Formats: sequence, C-alpha cells, structure tokens
Amino acid sequence: MLLKVENLSKIYRSGFIRGKPIKAVDKISFTVKAGEIVSLVGESGSGKTTTSKMILRLLKPTSGSILFENKDIYSIPKFEYWRNVQAIFQDPYSSFNPTPFYKVDRILKLPFKLLNTSKNEMEKIIRNTLINIGLDPDDILGRYPHELSGGQMQRILIARCLIVDPKLLLADEPTSMIDASTRAIVLNLLKRLRDEGKSIIFITHDISQAFYISDRMLVMYKGKIVDEGPVEEVIFNPKHEYTKRLIKDVPKLYEKFEDFHE
Amino acid sequence: MKSLILDFEGDKVMDEILIVEGLKGFWRTRFGYIKAVDDVSFNMRRTEVVGIVGESGCGKSTLSRLLTGAVEPPLQYIDGKVLIEGLDLYSLSPRERRKRVNGKLISLVPQSAMNALNPTKKIIDLIVDVVREHQPRCSKEEIFKIAAEKFREVGLQPDVLDLYPFELSGGMRQRAVIAISILLNPKVVITDEPTSALDVSTQKVILNVLWRLKRMGISLIFITHDIATVRQISDRMMVMYAGKVVEIGGTESVIHDPLHPYTKALMSAVISLEKEIREKQIKSIPGAPPDLLNPPLGCRFSPRCPYSTAICKKKSPPLKDINGRSVACWMV
Repeated sequence: MLLKVENLSKIYRSGFIRGKPIKAVDKISFTVKAGEIVSLVGESGSGKTTTSKMILRLLKPTSGSILFENKDIYSIPKFEYWRNVQAIFQDPYSSFNPTPFYKVDRILKLPFKLLNTSKNEMEKIIRNTLINIGLDPDDILGRYPHELSGGQMQRILIARCLIVDPKLLLADEPTSMIDASTRAIVLNLLKRLRDEGKSIIFITHDISQAFYISDRMLVMYKGKIVDEGPVEEVIFNPKHEYTKRLIKDVPKLYEKFEDFHE
Repeated sequence: MKSLILDFEGDKVMDEILIVEGLKGFWRTRFGYIKAVDDVSFNMRRTEVVGIVGESGCGKSTLSRLLTGAVEPPLQYIDGKVLIEGLDLYSLSPRERRKRVNGKLISLVPQSAMNALNPTKKIIDLIVDVVREHQPRCSKEEIFKIAAEKFREVGLQPDVLDLYPFELSGGMRQRAVIAISILLNPKVVITDEPTSALDVSTQKVILNVLWRLKRMGISLIFITHDIATVRQISDRMMVMYAGKVVEIGGTESVIHDPLHPYTKALMSAVISLEKEIREKQIKSIPGAPPDLLNPPLGCRFSPRCPYSTAICKKKSPPLKDINGRSVACWMV
C-alpha cells in the first residue's frame, strides 16, 4: 500500500468571532496501490483540491491520518517526502514564475535542490526526461515559458516532477486548460507512466476523462466519498444517487440527452 | 398535409436570417495584424442552432464580436458582409448599429458571463440601464414587468431581479445574463462558451434554457470547444481552425462522418463516457496551431495535416459543397 488515507477531515472556519465551520473534507478514507491511477471526481466545492493539498502537506488536516508507505507523512522529513510525492497543477501558465527572464532550463533545474547530482549528470537527466515524455530537448531548452504552448508547458511540469523520480504523482486537473487536440498527449503520457510503475492520483471534475484514464474511481460529493470502485463498475453500475445523476448529465458524443426536450 | 410540410420546409430554406460573406476581422498589434477571422462565410436559417467549434485561438470569440458589430480597437473590421434580416451591419455607423442592431436584432452572451454583471448594482438596475439605452422614456415598473417575464422564461423567479449578482450561484448568473440578452427580443443570440465554467448538472440546465429560446423562435449561435455539449443542441456545426472555416454541415453527419482532416482529428480526440472511448486510444494532433501573425501560405492546417500535398502548401482551399456540406480541403 503506497498511500493510505484514513478518516481525513478538514474543517475551515469562516468569520472572525463566531466562526461558522465548513466541512470541506469529511472523514474520507481511501488507499492508493503502487502502479495504479486513482481518480477523484467531483464538482467544484466537493473537496477535491483540499484533499490533494493535505496529501501534499500544504495544508494540515483537522483530523485523521495520511500514511505513506505505512509511515505518517508528518513523521517523514519534508524534503524526503516531496522526493516521493510530486504534483502537477491545473494552470501551467501560473505554475511558472512569470518573470520573462527565466528560461525553461531553470524550471527544470530547480528540482535538483531535492537531489545531490553533479552538473554533468543534471544535464543528462534533464535531456533524458524530456525525451521520455516526447519533447525534443534541443527545441525546448533555452526557450522562455511564454514561447511554449499549453500542452508543452504542462508536459514540462510533468518532466519537472519526473526528474526527482517520485513514487506518487498528484495531478490536479492537469488538462482543464489545454485544448482537446493536445489533451490526449498529457492523458496518454500519464497512462504510460502508470504502466511504468508510477502511482497517480488524478483529480478532475470531468468524469469522462477519469473514465478514460483511471483504474479506480472515487466520487466526492460535499466532502464525502459517495461512490468508489473499479471504473467500469462505478460508471456502468453506480450505487449512489449523486453518481447516477452525474453520469446521466454528462453530454455524450454519440448520444443525445433523452430527457432533454421537455 | 404533405404539401403543408413541404411548404414549411421550402419556407425554411428560403428564410435565411443571417448571411455572412467573406468576413474579415484582424487584431492590430505592434508586430502586424493577427488574422483571427479571415474570410468566413456562412448562412443561418430562422430558429436554427449553429454550433461553432474550434480550439482556443481559432477565432471563435473574435467572430462573435464581429457578428454583433462590437468592434473596438485593437480589433478591426477589414472586409466582408454581415446581413441580419437583410440589414447590412457594416453599412451602418457605429452609433446607428448600437441603436438599431445590438440587442434588438442580434445580442451576445459574452464568454465571461459569470462576471458580466456589475457587482455594485442590483440586477434590476442594470436592466433599467440596458432598456433605457433604447427606450429612454420607459418607466421602471414597465421595465420590471418585461424583465420578470424574461426571467421566468429562463426559469428564474422575478425576486432574483432585486438581488446583487454575488447572491446568485454560477448557473443562476449565467441564466440572468441570458435573460438580459433577450430583453429586447433579438432575432439572433450568440452564446460564447455558455457552459464552460459550470458543473455538468448546471450545464444541462443552461442547455435546456437555450433549447427553450430556440422554441421561442430565436436563432442561436453556440460557440464552444466542447463537441459533446454542442452536439446535444445544434442543428448544424461549423468547425473553425486558425481563423478559417474548415467544415460546415449537419451535426450528425459531421460527427459520424467528418470529412476535413482537422475535423477527423478533433473527433478522435474527444473523450466521452462511452465504452468505445476506453477501449480505443484517443489521439492527439501533432504540432501546434499556426501563429496568426504570419499564417501559412496555403491551407492553414497543412503543416499538421497527414494528407497534405504540394497544392495544400501553395493555395488556400475554398469551401466546396459535398452532399449539402461545405468542406475546405483540396483532398476531398
């Protein structure tokens, strides 16, 4: 078991004196095995991103525990933990330092702060990683972030994660800012990484993408996991009312809504 | 009975509410013109829903601005005709256009409809401003009556009029903006990505509202990048690439039998909740869309096209009619 989340909760308080508690994540439990893609599906406000932030140690849970390789994540030194768990975020444009005088190279060199590698080796690892994810290093290195397309930027973010060779990759809506024609590259790349033994938590609001990419699916609604299981079971045999409605409301390519023209 | 139907169909063919011919609109920058809409022609019939599909940067939103005449620098109208009910939009002065066309003949639901409402004003106050622009002597009670009726049509209670925009949810705000766009009974409504920032259940509500507009006799242009959404509502589909129309045709035929290489590639990149999708690998289109400052000489898709030949790189293909569909490709 690579990652085990048990009874995890996060309660936000709004207001200053008489704060009203908001249960963003409400006692969720799930596990991630090595070499599988688990997707976390839910509408906006269902607690997906809060969960991912807690797993990344960017946010302290109110209660519950997260175990990484059977150790509590807060007992692992921070940098060691981040060597094993990395994240890709939603907007590749704002994930980079927007100052126009930093080249892509710098973005790719930063992760080496977590590692001890010589300079020669560093170059080699960067080039190999870029080739591995289907980018031409001669084309990419030496350019500025704003010169690249969204799909290329998102792949560079993935490359940055892969440089430290993590065991778990957290992808928080990695394709929502990318066009349909380039989205496939990122999704197929994540699938390939899974086949190479990485575990991925894929967070999305788009149930069709989750359906395409993942092995197991967790459906979140109002901070709770309401449905979970192997993808085909969740999609073709949903148990919870919410999942049923969600699946019914997704527009399909080869089918029209039946209950539409009332 | 049969003749009646035939008449109706015949009538439908004749009755073209919107005719666009060779429309060109460029964005002016320091480095030259960005050819965002370059020679776009299409027709639209009454109560028809036309879906415009394309990736970001293909000129969809620029086209929507050109069609409403909302052309402000740096966007420039270069050439072409937009006829709405026979009225040439660009033969009018901007002032006249604003008075006679905007909101009355054609109206736009902008892309950022979520943020299109003034946060410091109650919705009714905004509506009063909109209506008084056209009918200065209209009383507030009268305006309230018109607005309440339109709000009911999109499924909102008239009480909503007395609220501030932040008190509404995303879907309600989107519906409020749609209601405001039909205040003056326009013939054509352009919706620019009306569902993109919403949850799926809310998306469906919005689609239902748009369907109701169609039944009220409004012709709709539905701009989106999401093919699965547009296919639920549109009668015809127009695919754009890099400022040009590459294919126009009935929705079913475009989806099931795409002719243009770009449409084909786009269709094979769509992900939906159907078993076939999981079994087959979705494909991406290699390369990136061209820089519209200096677009390629011939067909704009030719650098990425697997079937491109010598002529594709030299001459831009015209729209050809094939079985009631129009395709801009040398190879079909």
